[in-house]
Amino acid sequence: MSSERAASAEPARRAGPRPPVKATLTPWERYAPLAISVVSTALVFGVVWRVITTAENWPLIQRQFFDVDAMRASLPQVFSGFLVNMTVWVIALVVIAVFGIVVAIFRSLTGPWAAPLRVFAIIYIDLLRGTPSILLVLLFGLGVPALQIPGMTTSRLFWGSVALVLGYTAYTSEVYRSGIEAVPDGQRAAAKALGLTQWQTLRYSILPQAVRNVIPALLNLAVALQKDVALLSVIGAREAGREAQIFTARTFNFSSYIVATVLFLLATIPMARFTDWVTKRDQERRLQRTL
Amino acid sequence: MSTPRVAIDDLTKYYGQTLVLDEVFLDVYEHEVVCLIGASGSGKSTLLRCINQLVPFDHGEIRLDGVAIDDASFGKTGLRKRIGIVFQAYNLFPHLRVIDNVTLAPRKVHGVGKREAEARAPELLGLLGMEEFARKYPEQLSGGQQQRVAIVRALAPNPDVLLLDEVTAALDPELIGGVLDVIRDLKAQGMTMMIVTHEMGFARDVADRVCFLEEGRILEEAPPVQLLSDPQHPSTRRFLQRIIEAGRL
Ligand SMILES: Nc1ncnc2c1ncn2[C@@H]1O[C@H](COP(=O)(O)OP(=O)(O)OP(=O)(O)O)[C@@H](O)[C@H]1O
Ligand SMILES: [Mg+2]
Repeated sequence: MSSERAASAEPARRAGPRPPVKATLTPWERYAPLAISVVSTALVFGVVWRVITTAENWPLIQRQFFDVDAMRASLPQVFSGFLVNMTVWVIALVVIAVFGIVVAIFRSLTGPWAAPLRVFAIIYIDLLRGTPSILLVLLFGLGVPALQIPGMTTSRLFWGSVALVLGYTAYTSEVYRSGIEAVPDGQRAAAKALGLTQWQTLRYSILPQAVRNVIPALLNLAVALQKDVALLSVIGAREAGREAQIFTARTFNFSSYIVATVLFLLATIPMARFTDWVTKRDQERRLQRTL
Repeated sequence: MSTPRVAIDDLTKYYGQTLVLDEVFLDVYEHEVVCLIGASGSGKSTLLRCINQLVPFDHGEIRLDGVAIDDASFGKTGLRKRIGIVFQAYNLFPHLRVIDNVTLAPRKVHGVGKREAEARAPELLGLLGMEEFARKYPEQLSGGQQQRVAIVRALAPNPDVLLLDEVTAALDPELIGGVLDVIRDLKAQGMTMMIVTHEMGFARDVADRVCFLEEGRILEEAPPVQLLSDPQHPSTRRFLQRIIEAGRL
């Protein structure tokens, strides 16, 4: 016992063989791989670029899609639409993260008294996950305002967003549930033996571990939602895609779509890279644990 | 004789159609250490799990100081406070630091304040030589250290009885000794314990009585020296023979 502690306190000095000396590389050995990568990539892209820009139709394409003046003219309008996308996205993310966990908890409750909640969760998930997002958006975004329910907003944007939230909550809750089920049984046994109630077991033992397990999957859903917000254009919400469409209809020039596309990519690519990074770190952590 | 701390009376348990515990009788007195030995699947873990109500049983009664464990007087958590259990796989909460693993039950279940619980933790950890690891996460500790934390966690609510289920089975040989020393210390302090173990040398050392289980029944029950060196029942003899062949005695 004490020897084990001493060993961890003070790393032993080793007198064994020295670590191998790092071989010195010639400049050629060191920089050649990088140079080859750069040159070959530039070559391939250069050829592709040349083929495209010398094509017969290129001037037309350029005028229709990459007209700098049209882009500049459409930017304010498209950008204001994009702010709508981002606002809906951020608010929806928060609501979905919370609702998703609630539905997942309902679904994983045990005991006869929890049966109604469990059944509700199962039906909810089956219905909402099985319906295409665009149908949900149409159904809620057009349908609910048409009901003219007193005291309820008739904003299509609002109800369309509700549809997205409901659909994504179903996916998210399934992701959470997979995380909950991945927590080993021993955790429940330990919590029960310590006297924690079912709720305390979830709160202090299962959920923190489950959420950590599924963060990469949740981030992927967040990226997907960012794009799906554009579906709200089908009910006339003035988000980026819709604004671009309006501009096109007025000018018969598609450059505004490229502006919208670039705005989306500016938002989704960093998010996707971040997700990759988190996933990789998560994998490394797991690997370390199993070694 | 006085009332046993733990009295197991005609205990029978099925898992589905399988009979797992078959009319088990066993009394454990205060400060006594009872070791349970037997082949894999003989029902040792299940017996421990019945005692602190981790699994229900079908027939018979278990009493703690004369009171049935399902008695209303224990309330929801009374029994948990008085019986601690340690598992083979430690089952520490991986997302909590050692100190939070140890203070979770006192705080959330037994209503001890955070300050008070944390003030007491170093002393408990210190008993097992673990005080310097309070702020570490379980995955930063060796298996033996984790198992000691699990023992501290079980001791934190101040239980009257400690159940230990093969607590060294998952450990590398060089780490087993430290954990067994801890259990010897607990015995010296008078802790009442029921220990499932495959370490016969340890059982001989620490047990007041050893029970041999087979197919859910206690076939033989005797002081360790007697049971290990002069087993009466042919099954016990066969079991010990196999253990000797495996080089564990
Ligand atoms: N959750 C369960 N569901 C169904 N059967 C079970 C369950 N747990 C244990 N059993 C069965 O009960 C019997 C006794 O199991 P138990 O775990 O108590 O044995 P054990 O003596 O602790 O064995 P080991 O030395 O391998 O730990 C075995 O036949 C086992 O298959
Ligand atoms: Mg067992």
